[in-house]
Amino acid sequence: MTALPPIMRTTAARLSALYLILFTACAVVLVVYVSSLSTRMLTAQTREAILEEVSGLGRAYQRGGLPRLVRVMEIRARQPGANLYLIADPSGLILAGNVESLQPGVLDDPGWTARAFTYRRFGEGESPGEKNHSAVAQIIRLPNQMILLVGRDLGEPEQFRGVMRRALVVALGMMGFGALLIWLFVGRRALRRIDSVSEASRQIMGGDLGRRLPVTGAGDEFDRLSENLNLMLDRIAALNEGLKQVSANIAHDLKTPLTRLRNRAEAALSRSADPSAAHEALEQTIAESDQLIRTFNAILMISRLEAGSSADSTEDIDLAAIVADVVELYEPVAEEMGVALGFKVAETVRVDGNRELIGQALSNIVDNAIKYSAEATEKPTVMVSLHTDAASARLVVSDNGPGIPAADRERAMERFVRLEASRSQPGSGLGLSLAKAVMTFHAGALELSGKNDGLSVAMVFPKGKSK
Amino acid sequence: MRILIIEDDREAAGFLKKAFAEAGHVADVAVDGETGFALAEEGGYDVFVIDRMLPRRDGLSVIAGLRAKGDTTPALILSALGEVDDRVTGLRAGGDDYLTKPYAFSELLARVEVLKRRAGSRDVETLYRVGDLELDRLSHTVKRNGQEITLQPREFRLLEYLMRHAGQVVTRTMLLENVWDYHFDPQTNVIDVHISRLRGKIEKGFDKPVLHTVRGAGYMLRAD
Repeated sequence: MTALPPIMRTTAARLSALYLILFTACAVVLVVYVSSLSTRMLTAQTREAILEEVSGLGRAYQRGGLPRLVRVMEIRARQPGANLYLIADPSGLILAGNVESLQPGVLDDPGWTARAFTYRRFGEGESPGEKNHSAVAQIIRLPNQMILLVGRDLGEPEQFRGVMRRALVVALGMMGFGALLIWLFVGRRALRRIDSVSEASRQIMGGDLGRRLPVTGAGDEFDRLSENLNLMLDRIAALNEGLKQVSANIAHDLKTPLTRLRNRAEAALSRSADPSAAHEALEQTIAESDQLIRTFNAILMISRLEAGSSADSTEDIDLAAIVADVVELYEPVAEEMGVALGFKVAETVRVDGNRELIGQALSNIVDNAIKYSAEATEKPTVMVSLHTDAASARLVVSDNGPGIPAADRERAMERFVRLEASRSQPGSGLGLSLAKAVMTFHAGALELSGKNDGLSVAMVFPKGKSK
Repeated sequence: MRILIIEDDREAAGFLKKAFAEAGHVADVAVDGETGFALAEEGGYDVFVIDRMLPRRDGLSVIAGLRAKGDTTPALILSALGEVDDRVTGLRAGGDDYLTKPYAFSELLARVEVLKRRAGSRDVETLYRVGDLELDRLSHTVKRNGQEITLQPREFRLLEYLMRHAGQVVTRTMLLENVWDYHFDPQTNVIDVHISRLRGKIEKGFDKPVLHTVRGAGYMLRAD
């Protein structure tokens, strides 16, 4: 498309121009059709009137010959009207009638004049400003070679054509006005709303993230569009807020170990006289770094799971086998901490899943359960069990530790949240959130519950092919 | 050991080169895939350490290209933030081991040394012997000083892995990967407790320790 002037780049102007062209074309066609039709009708009427006159005069001629014809004609010629009468001798000299002079050559051929001719009416004189009139006529040669002309002035049809022309001009003017109105309505009202939407989005892009697109309350397409875009902006803002929260948490949770790391190195440096103390400080530094790497890995993994889809990385796996693996892995630790770790698994339970992820999530949960049940008043016990029903498979880890108050359970699954009661325990605070991310990845859920003492963490898998 | 490091982060590559040198290895560095591929083709390396995301030629394509040319030098893939099944893709492309950034150098070193050894002896032996400790894979028996020791199946596999890599540092992650077949980072003490149980069985009543803890890295089975 070639470059248009700026005004033509608005939809309103283009629409208006289109309407204008369309309506003008329609109007021209209509006017041309009506005027040609009516011209034809008027011509026919004129000719009919002339024929009537001719037959009237013909009767007079039959009855009384030329003198009667002339007399009747003189009477008729004196009456006001558009009719023209004329008798001329064979040479074309005008003898009687109401025509003073004619365009030359009109009387040469008998019959209808081929086209309109000009004439001067008798008695009009030659005063300037008086124009020749135009007329159509029938020329008849009388038996005595005299020429009779009966005609009719064309003033009326011409007037009519003038009216038509004026009507066309008025119609075109109205079309233009209509186009202007359309531009005013579409451009000024509707398109200004689109402009306000783009203005608002520019401001949002410019950093005013709290701003929303205008909603007028009219409930039309523009409002629906704005409302949906606003919902989208809200969602983005919520995600952004979550990201900020997590960044702040990461900064806080990494700052503490990093500071500790630095202080330890500094202290080791100032006590460099004692090689064994320095060695020990280095070992602690490495252990601390490992913990940091572990935290980082957990954060990365959660982001990966939250961003990823489960396509391609899941397969048909046996949950019971994973339970057996994890329990076997943790059994020595549990024994060392004086916790009885057991599992109740009746049969193989197959789900569509990722063995690695489920194994890691389950170990996090079992790890937590062992740590917290060690604080139990009675004999510390952790039980892993696997139940299935028609819709889902539930992998439940229960302990008899202090549990989590119902109000705090939802929060416990958030990243970095370590409830006050657990501050004394080592850990990154990412275990449950990682497990939750794994369950979300599997289109399942992580549910926390518990009665009296203890906590039950259930990994709920949808049964059958979830994809 | 000669190592080829293909890593576009010059600082990280420089650190690796220096750290490998301190561990007694010679390392060359290439900072893009094409240069790395050309260097690798010249041969003479024991292990490749290849970053996945490289300029000019992707790390996986470098490995696949080398394998297509019949080069079987073991390759360890380093990857930054990847997908869940990155490991599978990497190993399928012809990599021999896989490590996700951030990693500890001790972990990388241990894995590289194990890779080198694995390349040296393709055949799995049926009888391992470390000092007076003996493990027979066929009869599933473990003896020390001629005296039979009863082990749980998992303990047997743990000892088997340690004996196969006797004299080498084996990290906790490597143990979890090879003995339990899970690839996540274990909570530190989970593997430690398994080791101390095993240690109780193979060292209790005998005067010399064979299963040593390498601080900050992992474990090593060694008779000295």
